[in-house]
Amino acid sequence: MVSPNSPVTGEASPATPPAPVSHTLLPDVVIRLAGNSQDGIQSIGGFLARLAGRSEQEVMTFMTIPSTISGGPSIFQVRMGSGEILSAGDQADFLVAFYQHSYDAHINSLRAGGVLIYDSDHVTPNPDDKRFTHVGLAITSATIEAAGGTSKDKGKNIFVLGLIARIFDLNLDKLRKLIQERIGGKGDDAARAALMAFDAGYAHPVENLLGHLYRLTQGGPQQQDRPTVTTDGNTALTYGLLAAGVRYGAAYPITPWSSIMEVLRTELTRYGGLFIQAEDEIAAISHALGFAYGGHLAVTGSSGPGLSLKMEALGWAGMAELPLIVINVQRGGPSTGMPTNVEQSDLLQAIYGSHGDNPRVVLSPKNVEDCFYIALEAGRIALEYRTPVIILSDQAIATRIEAFEEPDLAKHMVTVKPDLTPRPADFKPYPFDGISRHAPPGTKMLSGKYPTVTGLEHDELGHPTGSPVLHAKMNAKRREKIKKLAASLPAPELYGDPEGDTLVVGWGCTYGPIREAVMRLRSGDAPMKLAHLHLRHLSPLPPGLAETFRRYRHIAVAEINDEGIYGYGQLAMLLRAACANPAIRSICKTDGLTYKIGEIIAGIKKISAGS
Amino acid sequence: MSNESSPTATVPAPVNLPLNKKALTADHPTWCPGCGDFAILNVYYRVLEKLQIPHENIVTFAGIGCSSRMPYFVNSHGGHYIHGRALPFAAAISLGRPDVKVFAFGGDGDGFSIGGNHLTHAARKNTNMTYVIMDNSVYGLTKKQTSPTSPVGFKSKTDPTGALDRPINPMRILLNSGATFVARSHAAQIAHMTDMLERAARHNGFAVVEILSECVEFFEGAFDGAVPRKGGKFETIELKKNDGTPEDALRHDPTDEVAAFKLAGLDWPGKFGVFYQHQRPTKNELEAGLVARAREKTKNASDLALMQGTFAKMR
Ligand SMILES: Cc1ncc(C[n+]2csc(CCOP(=O)(O)OP(=O)(O)O)c2C)c(N)n1
Ligand code: SF4
Ligand SMILES: [Mg+2]
Repeated sequence: MVSPNSPVTGEASPATPPAPVSHTLLPDVVIRLAGNSQDGIQSIGGFLARLAGRSEQEVMTFMTIPSTISGGPSIFQVRMGSGEILSAGDQADFLVAFYQHSYDAHINSLRAGGVLIYDSDHVTPNPDDKRFTHVGLAITSATIEAAGGTSKDKGKNIFVLGLIARIFDLNLDKLRKLIQERIGGKGDDAARAALMAFDAGYAHPVENLLGHLYRLTQGGPQQQDRPTVTTDGNTALTYGLLAAGVRYGAAYPITPWSSIMEVLRTELTRYGGLFIQAEDEIAAISHALGFAYGGHLAVTGSSGPGLSLKMEALGWAGMAELPLIVINVQRGGPSTGMPTNVEQSDLLQAIYGSHGDNPRVVLSPKNVEDCFYIALEAGRIALEYRTPVIILSDQAIATRIEAFEEPDLAKHMVTVKPDLTPRPADFKPYPFDGISRHAPPGTKMLSGKYPTVTGLEHDELGHPTGSPVLHAKMNAKRREKIKKLAASLPAPELYGDPEGDTLVVGWGCTYGPIREAVMRLRSGDAPMKLAHLHLRHLSPLPPGLAETFRRYRHIAVAEINDEGIYGYGQLAMLLRAACANPAIRSICKTDGLTYKIGEIIAGIKKISAGS
Repeated sequence: MSNESSPTATVPAPVNLPLNKKALTADHPTWCPGCGDFAILNVYYRVLEKLQIPHENIVTFAGIGCSSRMPYFVNSHGGHYIHGRALPFAAAISLGRPDVKVFAFGGDGDGFSIGGNHLTHAARKNTNMTYVIMDNSVYGLTKKQTSPTSPVGFKSKTDPTGALDRPINPMRILLNSGATFVARSHAAQIAHMTDMLERAARHNGFAVVEILSECVEFFEGAFDGAVPRKGGKFETIELKKNDGTPEDALRHDPTDEVAAFKLAGLDWPGKFGVFYQHQRPTKNELEAGLVARAREKTKNASDLALMQGTFAKMR
């Protein structure tokens, strides 16, 4: 990329397709849009992500939304390209700054040699900063002119979309179709105004300022049977739940969980189900357990503080042995903490929260696509093992957009109905020699004896007992079913050298940055012998981890939580306890942001150097 | 809301084998001899015998407390949940399985203290179920601490010199919250209790009966003021017959909320009977209406077709 020395300000010109200019080919590009949330920054990002999805390109996004009600500074970063895109990129190649505060806050996220596009109506860049190509355009006034007076500067985002389309030679027909689809719903006028703003942006001869234009290299022919879909993690999780057979649920709103319950509240009515907005999180999990007792597959969900409120009832669910899916979209804690930032600090709460000995299942999706499949798995495990299953998602996965192959819905959809077949005379609600399978109400009991589902310690028939022997036996029964599940789990995904210097272990949203960091360190001049192991099953852990770990000199566990009093992050602590391997070390941070590849690389280097 | 078509729970279908006390009896109650809760259990059997709901469709749920042990003593589907949270659990059984008849039981601590917020919201939502509050004005199971209905001056282990905090007024709370059937009874009055519980069970909506039930162990004589044989007064609420007689003008109209509030404000021991009864759409009906409209819009599409439609929009 060329880097002219001084800022230049362009002038609007009539709509013309770019004259033949040279196109620089890029394998991938990171564009960061910085403005205010009310400017529709997210929607340009959404358009670009969707376009990439429809153009057989990989895409990954990252966004921040202000936690204040009235909006405020907001960014959307999109990385598009032809290779495998695993993270949203450490640094931006292009920065679009709508305001002075956007410029001030984000100029350092632009890599040296990158391109700064700024709205010259609002931004005055530092003229002495020679690191970047400065492209100043009067975005606000050009938008007002194009869209015609009354709408003020609404549509700035679409104007910029047009500009980006020109810079990267994006597919105009597909973009115009997307605008029609997405904005057309708000009326013909809205769509017309948006297209006018788009055309005005596209008509800008920005190549005169940039010196040239760009084009993303085309990906190879697609290796997939079904079309690409583009969506965020919360949406993928929501529809995963529906596919898993969840038809009932209840919750209380909290960011970033709320969007799941908002969609379920309406969607479930279309599927003949029901989602209740409860008076609090305790009522929510109680409703969900009532649905489960009724024979349905039910869900409740929340974010950190709400999961804490559900803990007593979770203990009951473990004791009474009812299936349930519990979602926790993690955010920065403790308390209200950093409600719109990412953190992975609820792992131990998810596994060990509540009281008493209470083994349960905890899963975590590695990316947006996996949100769909993890919900399916949670449903299957909950029903098969009659246990609560917690899905630990997080703010980053919940809100970012990715493109992935549409799931084979016909293959995956599950139907769950209450099983009301009469139970034989020897039916026991809590058998020692099998997994408890309750008879929902409405089921005839041929013995004439109707069962009680209970949180008191009980015998095989569900009668309360104070017997120490029975308590120990029942504890073992509840533990053994989770161990049985553990034995059935697949080996976790291992990428890289089968043995060697350092094994990097991650869970949840660290997947992309860890993979890219390991890929980089394994190539280049002095390749390291490294591997990446990503855990989707956090409780119980899959079998064979201790043996796998022994094949590496160092085990670096990267997670977004604090190193704690003993110097280890939450997963690292758990793995040290489970594998008794002193080579397990931690890479931790709590800055509220997803890992940068560079941060992981630095962590790996430090650990492999033995420091 | 379940996809099976099923009769609504309030109009019990007759069955061949009459359900009798023997079939409904389970474990021997573990309450202290003389505890008021025995009488409530017997009245529950009696009402179930009257209703003749198919045995498998009766659900008995409870929270935690002496009173909440009820489900173990009744041979029906049911369960023993956590302290104060039986209402949201039971409400979901009713909403998810409109084919069964849901009864919830609990104590004054369970219902008015730890579960107080759930009571308000269950009443407001008017979910179709019957809730019996077995009020002994003390914490029985945990052995004599002050409860939200303990009178000022009651000496408990947490208030050895006498309770300081003003007790709540159960009838007022229930009326305020929007319960659509609100009644009060006394465990020493079998016929009255039976009448109240039967009316509650036949009500379509959230029906609550508060029953004063003496804890002989920790609050002996708490309700003697309402026991005639101990010198008290058991005054019942005469309900309007709409027969045009002058006496009828003095009788209580249970749909009159203001009159109900007045009754609730009488000095202790007050009156016993139906304070309030009113029909408004239940949550069961309202949610079923949402589903019916949503299903109509989908033209009864299959789950798979709905899901495919959603994913097509994500392309
Ligand atoms: C979360 C929780 N807190 C406290 C308790 C202890 N506890 C059990 S029952 C109870 C009070 C019982 O009083 P009430 O609900 O009036 O029932 P009663 O025993 O009088 O019938 C308490 C405090 C508990 N089981 N769970
Ligand atoms: S302690 Fe009181 S409430 Fe509990 S069983 Fe005994 S008498 Fe009944
Ligand atoms: Mg009590």
